[in-house]
Amino acid sequence: MAEVTLVEAVNLALNHEMRTDNSVVILGEDVGVNGGVFRATQGLRETFGFKRVMDTPLAETLIGGLSVGMAAHGLKPVAEIQFLGFIFAAYEQLITHAARLRNRTRGRLSCPMVIRAPFGGGIHAPEHHSESTEALLAHIPGIKVVIPSSPQRAYSLLLAAIRDPDPVVFLEPKRIYRAVKQRVEDDGSDLPIGSCFTLREGQDVTLVTWGASVMEAMKAANQMSERGVEVEVIDVATVKPLDMNTILASVRKTGRCVIVHEATRSFGVGAEISAQIAEKALVDLIAPVKRVTGYDTVMPYYRNENYFMPNEEEILAALQAIVHDGE
Amino acid sequence: MEAVCHFDIKFNRFIDPQGNVVDRLPDWATESFLVSAYQDMVKTRVFDQKAIALQRTGQLGTYPSTLGMEAIGVAIGLAMDKEDVFVPYYRDHATLLKRGYRMEDILLYWGGDERGSLAGMPQDFPYCVPIATQCGHAVGVAAAKKIRGSSNASLVTIGDGGTSKGDFLEAVNVAGAWQLPVVFIINNNQWAISVPRNLQTGAKTLAQKAILGGVPSLQVDGNDFVAVYDATKEALKRAYHHKGATVIECVSYRLSDHTTADDATRYRRSEEVSSAWEREPVKRLQQYLYKQGAWNEHKEQALLKEAQQAVEVAVKRYLSSEPEPAEAMFDHLYAEMPQGMEEQLEELSTKVQRMAAVGKGGSSHG
Ligand SMILES: Cc1ncc(C[n+]2csc(CCOP(=O)(O)OP(=O)(O)O)c2C)c(N)n1
Ligand SMILES: [Mg+2]
Repeated sequence: MAEVTLVEAVNLALNHEMRTDNSVVILGEDVGVNGGVFRATQGLRETFGFKRVMDTPLAETLIGGLSVGMAAHGLKPVAEIQFLGFIFAAYEQLITHAARLRNRTRGRLSCPMVIRAPFGGGIHAPEHHSESTEALLAHIPGIKVVIPSSPQRAYSLLLAAIRDPDPVVFLEPKRIYRAVKQRVEDDGSDLPIGSCFTLREGQDVTLVTWGASVMEAMKAANQMSERGVEVEVIDVATVKPLDMNTILASVRKTGRCVIVHEATRSFGVGAEISAQIAEKALVDLIAPVKRVTGYDTVMPYYRNENYFMPNEEEILAALQAIVHDGE
Repeated sequence: MEAVCHFDIKFNRFIDPQGNVVDRLPDWATESFLVSAYQDMVKTRVFDQKAIALQRTGQLGTYPSTLGMEAIGVAIGLAMDKEDVFVPYYRDHATLLKRGYRMEDILLYWGGDERGSLAGMPQDFPYCVPIATQCGHAVGVAAAKKIRGSSNASLVTIGDGGTSKGDFLEAVNVAGAWQLPVVFIINNNQWAISVPRNLQTGAKTLAQKAILGGVPSLQVDGNDFVAVYDATKEALKRAYHHKGATVIECVSYRLSDHTTADDATRYRRSEEVSSAWEREPVKRLQQYLYKQGAWNEHKEQALLKEAQQAVEVAVKRYLSSEPEPAEAMFDHLYAEMPQGMEEQLEELSTKVQRMAAVGKGGSSHG
């Protein structure tokens, strides 16, 4: 069993699935000889050849279109968009085709494809490289959106994404690409898409988050524990379809919920979670739901990006406020 | 069957890699003008090397070097009229320096500070990172010029890889359909990060992509300042005289890594790079000027010293700049802050204080 980082776990999963399933192919910019700008596809060209690991011309609309065509015709494309900020040209293919080919043909054609993209702030990247736009994807009917936050979940959820019969966008929090190492067994076992993961149990507050914010959330939860407040931390992991059962069960137990996400606040995934809590568990709430998120602003360039991203102090403050709320 | 259309793509060069004249120089190419162009190219290179050094020591963010492409950048910067509109991509530091940017402005931008884009000609567009998207703006600007009866032009730059995107092809197409006063400069440096030029397209030249829109085009030696300047000046003149758009493919080479975040040894052979060094633009113009007796070692040393001093001054200014207050992210979002945003602004102010209390904040460059 190897100790791997999150990005190495991605590579491990790609390698595993290409080994065991001949229909899996990789395409994208710089995924071949270069192994991806973050090395997620490192070594795959050497192992599987240029027919299965394709450097495309520089064109995201094309990457989207190629993937749809390949997926409809016997391949399982795993496309890389170099940074999530460059996916927008592929939206037309995602929204008007990938997401609805099954529906439009009443099941005759389908799109078992994956689009992987690193996202999020915190690595001092240039403009457009740091945004978290998962809500813009989650709003598309027919697409699944998965965000791992640990090497094990990256490995097993990516396998699940590739095996999924429908299009999955797999967003990789690049701030924690190399933050921790974890033992990951390369045994091909997947984890379910559409399930939250409860990372820490607690009776007092439910803390719901995903992506790189999971690490900040865990730190804040541990601090609260030292102060005698037990926080239940839920990694949403699949933003769409949302596993509200796990979240609602936790909220019914604690009566308090803080949602943390790096993305801009309004119309975000946090808003959806909060709305469903209001619809289904309002009477169980002791205090109003709180959101700790990026602002409704353009994400600042890196000098000031720290002010935009939720951090431990801010989460801690929200947790402290909510435990005193409604008392 | 008979051929209904014929196309050919011409290649132009005046000065060869050894600095010899291979075609009679145009009249504009006076010694004094070429000396000043050479000085600009050297200053660009000195600045560029310093920017890389700053990144290596943690004082600058990811930076795309312009090493080997100085002739293109300086030539278009000098060819453009003050009133023209420059629509750059992200590797155009040399041109921006000719469009009113100070070196510290460029450092600010790549140092993660929005204020870098305050600089330059007020009508120009800022750096553009999402590949090829700038092409639409350039034809939009050109259409505005045409509709409003101005005789100026827009000029847009793009890499070889960028010409694979619809944005470029669509812009060239409309430029032909509407006879727009726009010049497309392709910086064909042979690589798009790790993807070589021949994997981008089966086409023999990138200039021929202009044919799809009915736009005249040519290829020039992008390491020959005279060839780039001459073609750009001609293309701008056509634009000013309502003769429509031009695409110029400048054949050059990226002597550096793609950016400071890249390691080109992973994907290209060192022999390719060393042979490209034999064709590079700065040395070429220098050789030419030496041969003309217009330049000498003494002048060279003085120029290097002057360039280094200018760079040092700019770096000092850059490094001592305080980050903008975090609240600035709210200031320029809309002309007026919409209701409901004040609450978030207050939240941010609290956050700033809370972070300051634990010693966190925006990043300084030191
Ligand atoms: C739409 C988009 N996709 C991907 C990227 C990431 N990226 C940055 S530069 C680059 C290669 C560009 O190559 P080229 O157009 O030849 O220009 P060069 O950098 O060589 O000057 C890529 C893929 C981007 N910035 N924008
Ligand atoms: Mg290039």
